Amino acid sequence: MRRTLWLAGVLVVLVALNVTLPQLLNPYLFQMVVLCGINVILAVSLNLVNGFTGQFSIGHAGFMALGAYGSAMFSLHVGQGWVAALEAAHVPGVVAQGFALLLALLLGGLLSALAGYLVGLPSLRLRGDYLAIVTLGFGEIIRVIITNVDAVGASRGLPGIPGWVNFFWVGLGVAAVIFLSLNLARSTHGRALFAIRDDEVAAEALGVDTTSYKVLAFVLGAFFAGVAGGLFAHYLSYLNPNSFTFLKSIEVIAMVVLGGLGSVSGAVLAAVVLTLLPEVLRPVKDYRMVLYSFMLIVLMITRPQGLLGNRELSLAWLTRRRRRAGAPSA
Amino acid sequence: MTGDVLLELDHVTIQFGGLKAVADLTLQIGRGELVGLIGPNGAGKTTVFNLVTGVYAPTVGRILFEGRPIQGMKPHAIARRGITRTFQNIRLFASRCCRDNVCIAAHQHARAGLADAVLRTRRFEDDERDIQRRAGELLEILGLSAWADTPAAELPYGQQRRLEIARALAGRPRLLLLDEPAAGLNPQESDQLMHLIEDIRQRFHLTILLIEHDMRVVMGICRRIAVLDYGVRIAEGTPGQIRTDPRVIEAYLGEEVHADLGAGG
Repeated sequence: MRRTLWLAGVLVVLVALNVTLPQLLNPYLFQMVVLCGINVILAVSLNLVNGFTGQFSIGHAGFMALGAYGSAMFSLHVGQGWVAALEAAHVPGVVAQGFALLLALLLGGLLSALAGYLVGLPSLRLRGDYLAIVTLGFGEIIRVIITNVDAVGASRGLPGIPGWVNFFWVGLGVAAVIFLSLNLARSTHGRALFAIRDDEVAAEALGVDTTSYKVLAFVLGAFFAGVAGGLFAHYLSYLNPNSFTFLKSIEVIAMVVLGGLGSVSGAVLAAVVLTLLPEVLRPVKDYRMVLYSFMLIVLMITRPQGLLGNRELSLAWLTRRRRRAGAPSA
Repeated sequence: MTGDVLLELDHVTIQFGGLKAVADLTLQIGRGELVGLIGPNGAGKTTVFNLVTGVYAPTVGRILFEGRPIQGMKPHAIARRGITRTFQNIRLFASRCCRDNVCIAAHQHARAGLADAVLRTRRFEDDERDIQRRAGELLEILGLSAWADTPAAELPYGQQRRLEIARALAGRPRLLLLDEPAAGLNPQESDQLMHLIEDIRQRFHLTILLIEHDMRVVMGICRRIAVLDYGVRIAEGTPGQIRTDPRVIEAYLGEEVHADLGAGG
């Protein structure tokens, strides 16, 4: 019952924001909000792999690209036709587009998840640096393939993707990945992931099937990266392989590390900060990226554990802090 | 030794390159026994644990647990069969609190799947309540209740050793392997540890295989002791027999350790 209320509440808020936000914000700010949302999905999903499970993956852009191109190809060749047919049958446009988009996002996510499984199974026997290099190679292979396959536009890019994404869908993706991460963290499965991060040998000796759990984290992370890619594709209506370089993976890693490895709310906060920071720094022109990098360095020196460390931002934690500050003797 | 054999090592050998870390070891442990495994440094004691728990597969030989072969199985599968262990060099989940450390080991008995956890179904809630209650009980038995919410890395050393035991018990093992549980403990602490080991053995109907250098502990609680040297079993018997066995004394290089062994009685 409570869960149904929650779900209804989230949906109502998302619909309300979906209607009001484009009116309140100018198109530039609105685009920033959407890109923040997509980056939040990327950061929170990578946090499942790098933060929860402690496996260093730097191929997240590759999974995002798979989801983006996979879902875009579906919409271009199948989804669009379905929407036209549904609209001809007097189904409201919003519903028809939503249905087609949802299918495209799920397909993109599943394609990435499948790739995550195929890459994960052999490579998760590797540790640390070796895994990092395999995932780096995977991301680059995906990008190079896309750059050379004519059917997906090759290096010219893929134009004309239907722009079905509005705030509602981005918000729903963000809510889904956060909901999944938080509930996973506070469950026996999440504890198994943390155990692998802290000591893989001990986790295995105590009955945690470490290989399966590492693959699970990889598949879940890849799925949401694919969904983020699908949202990205259907928001911009145009894809280019240069959006999915190794630098994109590094950007997402920076978000996870800056937020605090393992902290969901930290990843959210850092994704928003790092998406907006380069925009806020626009007035300094040529020095923008210098300042951006400098601020990252300062942040990491002053807070090496990340913005939130291992903690989650929660109401209970905030009230506890306030109580402690307000009435020290009580 | 007659009756119900819980663990049997049958001519087990493991070879690393040219080195036979354990050579043709045969050992039987009966249900309910508390057996000590001793030997000089590098004798292959921890290797035996690693063989039994599946970290290594034997080059030759069989390992039977409750009559079924377990050699070559993965460690987590062996843990599920009912063998858990502690580690000589403490291996706690450092960033997690004590309660979580114990809960993680209770994980294998959870019935709720991933979907249950994400959707918070009734089955998940029931499972979680069971796991938390069991973790609470184990922390209580090991005197760690006060530390339940403290990250494992911040515990005092002695408590870390106890948490290792609590965690190993959470998997509801039938065979518990303790790898130098008294290492680094002061005499009072190792006295408490001896009582604790005996207590948990009876309370949980456990069979225990114990590696220990503290002869006072080994001689005090084990009724049967096996001695390894260079991977070979050189003696087996009661503490009294072991203390006077010339091969054991020789393995421990003479007088100094002889005195140690004597002091244990």
